Amino acid sequence: MKTDELLRLLAADTQAVPRHAAEKRFALALLAGLGVALLWTVWGLGVRPDLFEVVGSGPFWSKLLMPALVSALGAALLWRLAHPGMRPGALAWAVLLPVALLWLWAAWVLWQAAPAQRLDLLLGQTWRVCSLNIVLTALPLGLGLFWALRGLAPTQPGWSGAAAGWLAGALAALVYSLHCAEMAPPFLAVWYVLGMAACAGLGAALGARSLRW
Amino acid sequence: MQRTSDVTATEHELRASFLLGLDGDARAYHRFLERLTPLLRGYFRHRLNKLPDEVEDLVQETLMALHAQRHTYRRDQPLTAWVHALARYKLVDLWRRRSRHEALNEPLDEDLEVFGHTDDHVHETQRDLALLLDALPDNQRLPIVRTKIDGLSVREAALATGMSESAVKVGVHRGLKALARAWKEMT
Repeated sequence: MKTDELLRLLAADTQAVPRHAAEKRFALALLAGLGVALLWTVWGLGVRPDLFEVVGSGPFWSKLLMPALVSALGAALLWRLAHPGMRPGALAWAVLLPVALLWLWAAWVLWQAAPAQRLDLLLGQTWRVCSLNIVLTALPLGLGLFWALRGLAPTQPGWSGAAAGWLAGALAALVYSLHCAEMAPPFLAVWYVLGMAACAGLGAALGARSLRW
Repeated sequence: MQRTSDVTATEHELRASFLLGLDGDARAYHRFLERLTPLLRGYFRHRLNKLPDEVEDLVQETLMALHAQRHTYRRDQPLTAWVHALARYKLVDLWRRRSRHEALNEPLDEDLEVFGHTDDHVHETQRDLALLLDALPDNQRLPIVRTKIDGLSVREAALATGMSESAVKVGVHRGLKALARAWKEMT
């Protein structure tokens, strides 16, 4: 087929392009993913028994700070990566900044603690399952975000997959906090971050294959 | 300086007709595609010195991708940046397919480059879209053939095929998506 013919052909497809299709797609993916992740956490894992006592406390909210910041920055980054010609710029490393801050905080807590307590602060009661649970909770979120990305045009499939995984992991960490009773910053700095990093790694591997167009 | 202002003028002109096209103006969209095609050809020819036979295939592939992804253009964004990102993605994709080594040498050029050269000299394509077209089901193939070969309007194509106008539009729309997929599978 000659290129001129192709042009006529493409111009014959005159359906107007809806203006906010990408916003709707991301919103739908996030709502559906969060819904499933919440259902799984509440019915599958169960909320922490003392949720109503701690929900008003400072430590509970400061625990949410890192994943909440990563979620906000990660959503902005993913939005840019999904649109050709929009450069990630400083957001590319800004999504790691909340983790760096958490690590500083955790290091300070460890330094202040009595040497005998340090291992407990790091391992808590649930270090064996925490990271894996975060990955499982992130699954519906990650699937949703990949679905959204496949409807857009990420020009860096590997990085976009990693960003989607990182965002899914951070949102999963928020949801998982309804179940998980661990509050020590050193614990969060290791096991929460490990779970989120695993999500990012999975996302990168899957993205490099499945996000090409 | 002269070239930069030329490119800026091209950006304004192309963007205006592209935006009309996004809102469903087929003639403006066709004008945009006609104006863009030689620019894409010049951009690729410049970067595929050793693979001149690949240029026209890549032009067509990029045009199809651009059409399929036109909902990813943000209206507050320069059109050059968007077109360049798409064209470069397709170029790098070609290099990745051709050889790992060449994929490492990703060009570090600027957005404006994409509107920097014009090339009207058309090589034959290697992969033939017409063959892929034959493999489509009738309800997609006929609307495409009528609007393409005969250059009929949607209404005329509807009369000629006995399909409704909306069925012709949907047929063209779905057929193009199927064509882009089949094209991708051949590479």
